[in-house]
Amino acid sequence: MDALMLTIIATSIPLLLAATGELITEKSGVLNLGVEGMMLSGAVGALGAVLWLGNPYFGIIAGGLCGVLMASIFSIFTINFMTNQVATGLGLTIFATGLTGLAGAPLVGKTVPSLPKIEIFLLSDIPFVGEILFKQDFIAYLSVAIIIFITYFLKYSKSGIVLRAVGDDHQSAHSVGYPVKKIRWYATCFGGMCAGIGGAYIPLVLTPHWSEGMTAGRGWIALALVVFASWIPWRIIVGALIFGGITIAQLVGQARGWPIPSQILSMMPYLATIVALTMISGRISKSNSVVPASLGKPFFDTQ
Amino acid sequence: MLKFCMRIFSLFALGASVLFFIFNSAFAGNPTKVGFVYLTTPGDHGWTYAHELGKQMVEKRFGNDVKVSVVENVPEGPDATRVIRELAKQGNEIIFTTSFGYMEPTLKVAKEFPNVKFEHITGYKRSKNVATGNIRFYEGRYIQGVVAGLMTKTNKIGYIGAYPIAEVIMGINSFAQGLRSVNKDASISVIWANTWYDPVKEADAAKVHIAEGADILAQHTDSPAMLQIAEKKGALGFGQSTDMSAFAPKAQLFASINNWGPYYIRKIEELKSGKWNTGDGPNHWAGNDWGGLKAEMLLISKFQNMPDSVAQKAQEALDGLKSGKINIFAGPLVDNTGKEIIPAGKSLDDGALWGMNYYLKGVNGKVPG
Repeated sequence: MDALMLTIIATSIPLLLAATGELITEKSGVLNLGVEGMMLSGAVGALGAVLWLGNPYFGIIAGGLCGVLMASIFSIFTINFMTNQVATGLGLTIFATGLTGLAGAPLVGKTVPSLPKIEIFLLSDIPFVGEILFKQDFIAYLSVAIIIFITYFLKYSKSGIVLRAVGDDHQSAHSVGYPVKKIRWYATCFGGMCAGIGGAYIPLVLTPHWSEGMTAGRGWIALALVVFASWIPWRIIVGALIFGGITIAQLVGQARGWPIPSQILSMMPYLATIVALTMISGRISKSNSVVPASLGKPFFDTQ
Repeated sequence: MLKFCMRIFSLFALGASVLFFIFNSAFAGNPTKVGFVYLTTPGDHGWTYAHELGKQMVEKRFGNDVKVSVVENVPEGPDATRVIRELAKQGNEIIFTTSFGYMEPTLKVAKEFPNVKFEHITGYKRSKNVATGNIRFYEGRYIQGVVAGLMTKTNKIGYIGAYPIAEVIMGINSFAQGLRSVNKDASISVIWANTWYDPVKEADAAKVHIAEGADILAQHTDSPAMLQIAEKKGALGFGQSTDMSAFAPKAQLFASINNWGPYYIRKIEELKSGKWNTGDGPNHWAGNDWGGLKAEMLLISKFQNMPDSVAQKAQEALDGLKSGKINIFAGPLVDNTGKEIIPAGKSLDDGALWGMNYYLKGVNGKVPG
């Protein structure tokens, strides 16, 4: 059971990080569909850095930077040139898939040392819980820290409230003097960093090698996860564990010969997302919505 | 003066290159144009890389007598149709489409270009100008079963399959036959990944198998992720399509290696001499072109990470399969629900292998769908 729980957590972490980053991006009113591409570039960057510098911790930094780089490309187009966000995001993913294939070609077939587990003194000796919660790698702790940070940030800090204001009504935010474009740039780059680190987790911990398109659609699941969590940070943890849990459950079910077809289980996360979407749109009519109202709309500051 | 020299020199160079060109085209004859369609970029392991090695053997064998074009990263489906048609338009005389999912696209394009020869790899549908080539992969899996049966301590084998199609199922059953030939207590659990290639999912499946008590892992998917997990967790496993020991030096017992080169070379030679055929014979399924260990289309890498006694048993199995002494699917065969498949004295023919939708004794669970 311990081993399975650890597997579930490991599977969930890339989703968790990418979704958290995307949540902040979307809260600022920018819909970046390039998560998959940013994760891929994070993965290739991380692996390259570890091969070059030899220390897996540099992989985390490199992964984050590559994600930021991709997010900057997206920001230049959507925020400065006001291009359509959906099209640009899709374009970013396609672009990054090709670019990482090219950049990763010399890395194929090489393996790197994995990120070591960090045991937290005494706490890691607690039976069952200790093994799962306090004997993780650095990125796992980091992702929890990020979630706690952004929960506080969005709810209580002034900058967080400004960010939400920009996402909800950019014209009003602009008219009271907040730099809408700058804030969106920061939020998008933060999203890129998280997605990059999430992508980096795959070669650094899960499967220590590079192969083209190795994220295999996890970026899209992360996008669904943001909706599933209805833009509330702590729900992303729950969602990521459910998504990861179901992924593992369908594998366990097959190994043990459960009578449920594995396809039905694979379908569950997406069904849950649709249910969440329906519930959210039902609530919109009653009270103020959780969906950032300016989501996906380009901002023209000349208006 | 310098300028003048440069002019003379460039004139000379131009003349030389024109001469070379004329010479080249006059004496090299018309190279046979050969096209390849790859599912992914070749990288340096796995399914497509094995085809890439075959292509390189073709180039080495024929030199200037062939002109090879390759299209990488072609998704199975409408894109494949477009790519194959383009290759045919460019005047390729023979086109190898190297994945199962190219079956319908290949047949569709073949109809439009009756003078072009098509070779669909691992398919089962043919037409006048579409041949199919395949390897008896399952023979390697029998040896894997033998080694697994001797090496396992928990008597639990974890198997990761891509899709529940006959190709994969016959591999599992062949593995089971090998396993039960040395160890009647061991059994196989199968996890279907529902993808040929998703390293993270394959790694997850491997972790689940190990958590469920398996100590030997086998795969019919393409990434080295399973072996890497085995390496990390102290389990053992088998490489797929190419030697993967670089990824798991302590975990890989051996790898079944796909060797397409000889097949490609033979078919191109047949085309050049006008003897190309689709191999249709009395046995439609894979005809005369379904080679295995004996035809050296399937090779076995070095036996490693196992005691000499086990390596010796594995070698015996290999020799037995090559000489025909071992018949993997000889009766009596019973499926895992106890139903008789074939009585003693008879054995399954190739057609029956391609119709497999059941597990033999030694495999847990049932085939989905």
